[in-house]
Amino acid sequence: MQEVPPLPSGLVAFVKRDCPTCQLVAPVLRQISKVVPLTVFSQDDPGFPEGVETRDDTELAQSWHRGIESVPTLIRVVDGAEQQRVLGWQRKEWEALSGVPELGPELPEWRPGCGSLSVDPGRRAELRVRFTSGRLHSRRVPLAELEDEIEACFARGWSDGLPVVPPTPKRVLAMLEGTNRSPQEVVAVVPPDRVECTVEKVAINAVMAGCRPEYLPVVIAAVEAACSDAFNIHGLLATTMPVAPILVVNGPIRRAIGMNSGINVLGQGNRANCSIGRALQLVVRNVGGGRPGEVDRATFGSPAKLGLCFAEDEEGSPWEPLSVALGAPPGANTVTLFPGEAPRSIVDQLSREPESLCRSFAACLRTLHHPKLVLAFDCLLAIGPEHARVFREAGWSRSQLTGRLHELLRIPGSELARGAGGIAEGIPLASGAEASQVPKFRPGGILLVHCGGGAGLFSAMMGGWVTGAEGSQPVVQEIRP
Amino acid sequence: MSAPRVLLDPTPEQRPARRPRQPRLSELDGRCIGLLDISKARGDVFLDRVEQLLQQRGARVLRFRKPTFTKPAPLDLRQKIAVECDAVIEALAD
Repeated sequence: MQEVPPLPSGLVAFVKRDCPTCQLVAPVLRQISKVVPLTVFSQDDPGFPEGVETRDDTELAQSWHRGIESVPTLIRVVDGAEQQRVLGWQRKEWEALSGVPELGPELPEWRPGCGSLSVDPGRRAELRVRFTSGRLHSRRVPLAELEDEIEACFARGWSDGLPVVPPTPKRVLAMLEGTNRSPQEVVAVVPPDRVECTVEKVAINAVMAGCRPEYLPVVIAAVEAACSDAFNIHGLLATTMPVAPILVVNGPIRRAIGMNSGINVLGQGNRANCSIGRALQLVVRNVGGGRPGEVDRATFGSPAKLGLCFAEDEEGSPWEPLSVALGAPPGANTVTLFPGEAPRSIVDQLSREPESLCRSFAACLRTLHHPKLVLAFDCLLAIGPEHARVFREAGWSRSQLTGRLHELLRIPGSELARGAGGIAEGIPLASGAEASQVPKFRPGGILLVHCGGGAGLFSAMMGGWVTGAEGSQPVVQEIRP
Repeated sequence: MSAPRVLLDPTPEQRPARRPRQPRLSELDGRCIGLLDISKARGDVFLDRVEQLLQQRGARVLRFRKPTFTKPAPLDLRQKIAVECDAVIEALAD
């Protein structure tokens, strides 16, 4: 980080000629300088104001490092250390700070200042690069003069197949403003290469995915969750099955960062939804080294592997949010990772009673992965608002609904046995167990989330992957600033 | 001339240094070969046959098994194989 000399002792003022209040107080600064030592840092014109000792701060180094937000700012300094500051023109405050009585008798009592050039929105990003790029430890990759930035990212293998936003220092520093964490803090060890991934590396990949800085805490939480032993992104990446981490965001942050939980919730069109899921996958690719055809051995893969992230419609839901059902405190900002395949539609436009709708859900859920395979996979059931209304009006709780689904999804062993129905696929069944009832899902294996909209008597189901400690378990992770 | 444009490297900056392969075994007779079952279905069928063939050629065989095929082998299992065997064959099956 660029060092700046300490402030001179005495009084220090920051001003710019372009500010009417600074022009108003120019005579006051001359008045003060006759009594006490005064140094004026001028942001836009080293000759302003006339008649006092000015320092050229047109590079804005002092203004940036002293955190000047508006001009004029008057500061009292003792032995290089700031004691107190006053923003704008306030006669009483200026008199108290300077110890000089009867300042600017012809001036009004009070005038607000103008914005400091060091916080000008048009210059802030450039100044951040100039003064704070020492925070960045990543290797700088220089581009050839004629090289296109986006093509350069493709050429270096950094893309998931779509163009990425080139991760310039300016963009990455802006991204890091989205978190309070240090850029060098290790977020997780990312498989398959088992590499320590810092906040800075997450930020670089979040830039590439198209995130805004305020999304970064969600991406960091998603990386933490994905790399936990419970979620096991290694297995999810390496498997031949078509599964990916599916991200569900809960809590006030959904609205704060403008996520979609309504119309086309699982589709395109919302920047936060699209870029957060993509950022996680880019971290797995670029930091972890998980690339298709290498450790990623998916036979088919799925569009969800570009990234699938959405928000729950908590406000319109008859039930507590998914995160709360999984043990998070109400109101907490969380991201839940579910290891799942791409969504499939459930159409039922005629059921108006919970029992009928439950039977529709169960009939569809039974087919997940294969109608004769059981207990191997969880499911994430996204219930649309018009289906949720049926349960709300009947007063059904979340646990009533999942309980009834579990009951309906107990299947006679005779239907599941290998060879039954003329289908070789199925479960090994001990002789005499044909009459037994086998559950499709483990207890707790049906996860409900409320989203989608506005019209449509539809829901959507996402089949899971190898469940339990041997495979991957849904993980709910708190989002920290 | 303007300053060169730079991008920040999104990778862990570990360029894959090509590692030399371990030397091959010159013969099987009297050597200890580890067979690692990754716990996929029917991996044992495959490894049973490999064991027969190795024993016919005079090798000693030790069998190992990963707890689950979805995760890397635990460190202690990898170390056990490295200590006890001259070579290892990992079986993928389905």
